[in-house]
Amino acid sequence: MSKNNTVSGRKGREPITDTKLLLTITICVFFGMYVLAMLIWGGGFLKPQQFINLFNDNAYLIILSCGLTIVMISGGIDISVGGVTALVTMCCVVFLNSSGGSILGSLCIALGIGLAFGLVQGFLVAYLDVQPFIVTLAGMFFARGMTTIVNKEPATVTMEAFKALKDMRIEISWLGAQSKGGWIPARIELGAIIALVVVLAVFVILRWTRLGRNIYAVGGNNQSALMLGINVKRTKFYAHLFCGLLAGIAGYTFLLHIGAANPAGDANMAEMKAIASSIIGGTLLTGGVGNIIGTLFGTLTLETIRNIVVTSGLKEPWWQSITYGAMLCFFILLQSVVLARRGKGGLALPKWLNFGKKKSDDSAT
Amino acid sequence: MSKVKTVMQKNSQLIIPLIALLAIVLFNVIRCVVIGNFSFFEIRLTENTNILSGNVINILKDASELAILAMGMTLVTSASRGQDISVGASAAIAGSVFVKILLANPANWGVIIIAILASCVVAMICGAFNGILVSIFKIQPMIATLILYTVGRSIAYWINGGATPTIAKDHPVLYLGGFFPGNPIPTPIFIVIICAIIFVLVLKFTNLGLYTQAVGINEKAAHLNGINPIKMKLLTFIILGVCVALAGVIRVSRLALINHETILLGVEMDAILAVAIGGNSLGGGKFKLSGSIIGAYVIEALTNTLYAMKVASTDVKAYKAIVIILIVVMGSPVVKKHTSRLWSKLFKKKEIPATAGASSSKGGM
Repeated sequence: MSKNNTVSGRKGREPITDTKLLLTITICVFFGMYVLAMLIWGGGFLKPQQFINLFNDNAYLIILSCGLTIVMISGGIDISVGGVTALVTMCCVVFLNSSGGSILGSLCIALGIGLAFGLVQGFLVAYLDVQPFIVTLAGMFFARGMTTIVNKEPATVTMEAFKALKDMRIEISWLGAQSKGGWIPARIELGAIIALVVVLAVFVILRWTRLGRNIYAVGGNNQSALMLGINVKRTKFYAHLFCGLLAGIAGYTFLLHIGAANPAGDANMAEMKAIASSIIGGTLLTGGVGNIIGTLFGTLTLETIRNIVVTSGLKEPWWQSITYGAMLCFFILLQSVVLARRGKGGLALPKWLNFGKKKSDDSAT
Repeated sequence: MSKVKTVMQKNSQLIIPLIALLAIVLFNVIRCVVIGNFSFFEIRLTENTNILSGNVINILKDASELAILAMGMTLVTSASRGQDISVGASAAIAGSVFVKILLANPANWGVIIIAILASCVVAMICGAFNGILVSIFKIQPMIATLILYTVGRSIAYWINGGATPTIAKDHPVLYLGGFFPGNPIPTPIFIVIICAIIFVLVLKFTNLGLYTQAVGINEKAAHLNGINPIKMKLLTFIILGVCVALAGVIRVSRLALINHETILLGVEMDAILAVAIGGNSLGGGKFKLSGSIIGAYVIEALTNTLYAMKVASTDVKAYKAIVIILIVVMGSPVVKKHTSRLWSKLFKKKEIPATAGASSSKGGM
């Protein structure tokens, strides 16, 4: 983003950066969709609990997307995060159900597994110069295979202390709603709090720390970052390490939400959902452009679509992913067009899309 | 001598996949010696049905779909500097169309050919969709194909009408996945050979290979030299579409049913892996088709070896990942540099011209 700022400063023509523009679009689409859903279907969408549930149910996805956004900004990709989540969940369940199980121990296991994946993958990508796609693909295979090696059957946590932790809710009575059983206060799960803290922490790291700025610089242009004296290899390594750590946290959050592990469960496809969230939030796979707030709204947008499809009565199971795909397609095309209008995508636009644009026309064509 | 050297230099890319294949064969030989049973390498001619069976035949047969996909993927990788992750989903769509046409019509060869052509057309449309996003809208291939990856299996589900239709046991299409009567060699092997011959002829007698590589190495330079990069990228994606349709048809006729959820699940990752193991850069540019094909057989041989060692099918992924990492680390530029330095050091003591060979192998690899 630093790159964009300097560009806009020199030209003096672009009051808003790419990142901010894409972010604004995502946020507008999200709120627009939500308000539309409120107006058309009302019911559940009017209850604050429905909005809070977006965070409760997708806390792990938000955390995963944050990690992925960091790696994508640094110019890499990590498709192992879903597998790591599944592995962490399974290991923690097995550990908690064993005789020596403890909550602190399981937390250590979760963070340890995440860090180990981040460490190995980061080392291979940064210092051995292997393509990140292949490394993390192997990571995904390994995590998925290990999950079934650890335990083949779906398992549920039976430990009482963990169950108590899992059922812990923060209740806000004034946000509640009237239902048949009386006044039900809004409930926020522990996972949602963790997710918000992670988003905040990553936001601060990316925006105000040296490491965060380095990640943007490395993703924007590898060579110039090197010439500016940034340790490119170390930055890439840290990006992957962060992503691994966040995948570990996401696994634990997932366990806090459902309290069970399943080798073929919800954590499948999580990496693709996380990538989709990041893209919708305005992160570019080429690196250097992205914003963590956008990623948060990307995840929320995806889940709101799911809610809308379920509410609107499209019962056939294929509608959900078809709307997912259509949404993804829309945002991807939007990004491409937005960047092209700014003369960065190299895409020659038809005349009608170039309205009110004079300068970057020349550079685009 | 110099001739041998040029041949070596020309094919130095094949060293890694060949070493990998050799290592797997060697590992199996040692394993067989240790357990004192050479049944792994046995090729039997079954008495009453007159067909060949045995592990080696199985590897050749099972790798067919992967080898065909790897060929198409190599072209896409070379031209667009990215990979298509939607091949599995596209194959599900193509397979569904294939089965739908087969079941709606009487069982004869005319219908089968029409069905194959129809599935080819459908897969080519899928490929063209990806290709248009990649070439015209300048979206990174992985992101562009993510759309079809999410949607594809749902579309297949929708085509099948929410069922998993099966093909009758005496339908002649099953010959395509099994054996033609009187022919002891599995048909998929022939299909792969025919495909490979067509690819080699096309690459030899047309400019396809040269133009693809030119676009992959430097798009702007290729454009200035009169090559249309948009057309070339679109073309590679459409060719991959044909490969996808063939892979889908082979798999469907082998299983005699179409299950939209599981057909060719995860094959995209294996196909990309085959390309990488084949020594091709996933960053585009120069490619070697034979490397990718060997890569496909390496993967299948590995899987088959693991099955022979009584590893559960769900656990195979973990072991596969370890082997992938080993192969990739072996082929990584940093490790290569160190080994070639070590190589030249070792040889300097004995004879002087060896350094030239070492440095050339370093450059060639």
